[in-house]
Amino acid sequence: MLRVIAERYRQGSWTGKFPTQEPCLPARFRGLPIIAPGECPDGCRECMDLCPFGACKLRDGQMTIDLGICLFCADCPACTQGKIGFSADYRLAVRRREALQLHGGQPLALAEPLAPDLRRLFGRSLKLRQVSAGGCNACEADCNVLGTLVFDLGRFGIQFVASPRHADGILVTGCLTENMRSALLATYEAIPTPKIVIAVGACAIGGGPFRGSSEAGQGLDALLPVDLFIPGCPPQPYTILDGLLRLLGKRG
Amino acid sequence: MSIVNGILNEVWIGNGKQVPLEQIPILAYDIFADSVLTEYVNGSRVAVYFGVPPENPAEGVSLEIFAVMARERHSDFAIYRTSIGERFQSLTPNCPQLHLFEREIAEQYGVVPEGHPWLKPVRFHASWRPGHDAWGRDTSIHPLAGAMDFYQVNGDGIHEVAVGPVHAGIIEPGHFRFQCYGEKVLHLEISLGYQHRGLETTLIGGPHPATTMQMETIAGDTTIGHMTAYSKVIEGLAGSEAPVRAQAIRALGLELERLANHVGDIGALSGDIGFLPTASFCGRLRGDYLNMTAALCGSRFGRGLVRPGGVGFDLDRELATQLLARLEAVETHTLGACRLFFDTPSVLARLERVGRVTRSTAEDLGLVGVAAKASGVPRDSRFFFPTGIYRETFDEMITDELGDVFARSRMRYREIEVSIKIIRRLLANLPEGPVRIAPGPLRPNAFCLSMVEGWRGEVVHVALTEEDGRFRRYKIVDPSFHNWSGLAIAMRGTQISNFPLCNKSFNLSYCGFDV
Repeated sequence: MLRVIAERYRQGSWTGKFPTQEPCLPARFRGLPIIAPGECPDGCRECMDLCPFGACKLRDGQMTIDLGICLFCADCPACTQGKIGFSADYRLAVRRREALQLHGGQPLALAEPLAPDLRRLFGRSLKLRQVSAGGCNACEADCNVLGTLVFDLGRFGIQFVASPRHADGILVTGCLTENMRSALLATYEAIPTPKIVIAVGACAIGGGPFRGSSEAGQGLDALLPVDLFIPGCPPQPYTILDGLLRLLGKRG
Repeated sequence: MSIVNGILNEVWIGNGKQVPLEQIPILAYDIFADSVLTEYVNGSRVAVYFGVPPENPAEGVSLEIFAVMARERHSDFAIYRTSIGERFQSLTPNCPQLHLFEREIAEQYGVVPEGHPWLKPVRFHASWRPGHDAWGRDTSIHPLAGAMDFYQVNGDGIHEVAVGPVHAGIIEPGHFRFQCYGEKVLHLEISLGYQHRGLETTLIGGPHPATTMQMETIAGDTTIGHMTAYSKVIEGLAGSEAPVRAQAIRALGLELERLANHVGDIGALSGDIGFLPTASFCGRLRGDYLNMTAALCGSRFGRGLVRPGGVGFDLDRELATQLLARLEAVETHTLGACRLFFDTPSVLARLERVGRVTRSTAEDLGLVGVAAKASGVPRDSRFFFPTGIYRETFDEMITDELGDVFARSRMRYREIEVSIKIIRRLLANLPEGPVRIAPGPLRPNAFCLSMVEGWRGEVVHVALTEEDGRFRRYKIVDPSFHNWSGLAIAMRGTQISNFPLCNKSFNLSYCGFDV
């Protein structure tokens, strides 16, 4: 027992001060993409061809990036004109699928809180059932890490629970494999209403790296009504936490 | 540097090397079977075994099979190749390590290994040869995951426990079927495939623009392991090697990946026992190692770090010094957390003699990595098939003895110490030079293999190229593919309440298995 106390003393305290204090992210972290201002060269459509996942589109001669599809690749090949960069902004969660369309010069419409009635129900206690449906274990790991003492998810009243019957919502990761479809839907069904649905990671939002595979889905919103989209491959843990807190109206 | 012996019809190849396909003779099936089994009896083991549709369809030939046998004693791989019709004699009864590989071939190409003692689907996808199904199912319908006959024990007091695919924690999906007598597990059958993303079919005709990102997500916790294996295949096919500085940075990433996962595993085991101090400490420390990887490349899982031809990120003196200082601080806490765990009698009482896999069972099943080493089987490709910087830096392969949960846990503790040493050495003496030299065009009609020691064990990638250098077939073997059977065997005769502990002590990948 004394050894435990001695070791505990040596390890010190690590609980972070988020959200009162902003997280300290590595210099090379790739957050919210930045589209350089200004017109694209006439007739240039290389971003539409060069992004392997089709995350870039042109609207009125302006580039838009679908953050639900973007993998925040370190060596983003989409624009040889250097119009795409990455900022250190980790806040990416939104409420609607369309809000993930990033236009140059326009801020992202970050997630609004739940409607007042749902907030009254879940605002101080949100229990989530996590389902991995074709996830590579990176999104899963970054959800799991929220339970560790640095993030200490419990202090926000949020908890991952072992049964859908105990849950207020479902948090889905993975590219929605064909083989997981029925188990995923059954888990959703087993959650009592009202319930919320959260899609975490590029795979759950739009198939991720496996977009187009016959064994992968096209996005969770085709199967279930999604209340929160958290993009990234995988999203930084703070991106996930920020999204959850916004949904509960605890940030903004 | 493959050595081809035309007289004996044997081909040997080194790790990361390529050989022209035409130099691998197509043996008659009985000669092939005899060669593979002789290798096995002589102490080699199956590294990878897979089917490829024949290039020129001929009468009576449905499939070619390649067997790659790892030969630790020679530091090389023997390749055998044969062709089969719709049915072939199963080699599993004589070589149990083949059981999943043969099932996989049956599922993928609808051919039947006759005499296979356990012929069931592996991942539950439709056959890749429409109209041919090993179980006679309708090939136009996607099979239902888990739809197979499970092994059942009958009798008084026997009951069955089914768990999954959705588990209680934040875990990937899989189905476990226990046959129990009271608390005692008589048999555990593990049925996976829920994570199947169809990757190997997607890779045909590659490399595609999306291939890199798919390789990095075969198993997200082994991003660097799989990506290094892939990069080495590309470099092998291009006849080049990554520059030495890049190899050092890759090793840095690989050892950080090992540290993050091993530390996390000790924390998870601690949590399952209910020993919360180490569980809490390690949960935080795991993140510290991930954040060191993020300092290198911006991603906690090493996305973007490894690229064919080298690495995507360099580090300057300042970052190296910074990482060394961080390592120093984290090391003290890591070793403190581990010491506390392994010095606590109530912890040891829970770990020892639980979920034992004997050395001979581990060898029969062809276990790899931590699970094999814990049972006393020397298996570490950093030691036996070293490439890159490991040719000079790795001489400390660790094995344990008893093959129980304790041994698998202690393996991690001891590997943590070694990895920290390797990282310190690498950071202090990073070789100078470029970090990336773009590989040239891929050699056509070639066979290339690479093996990388990921944190769970060996990651094996094989590519066969077409006339134009594109992938005719790309085969991926995650260490979990070999090791899931080990978990099933470890549970035999033990209490069902030991399952979480046994499972954590293996901590296998579902998506790496399911690809």
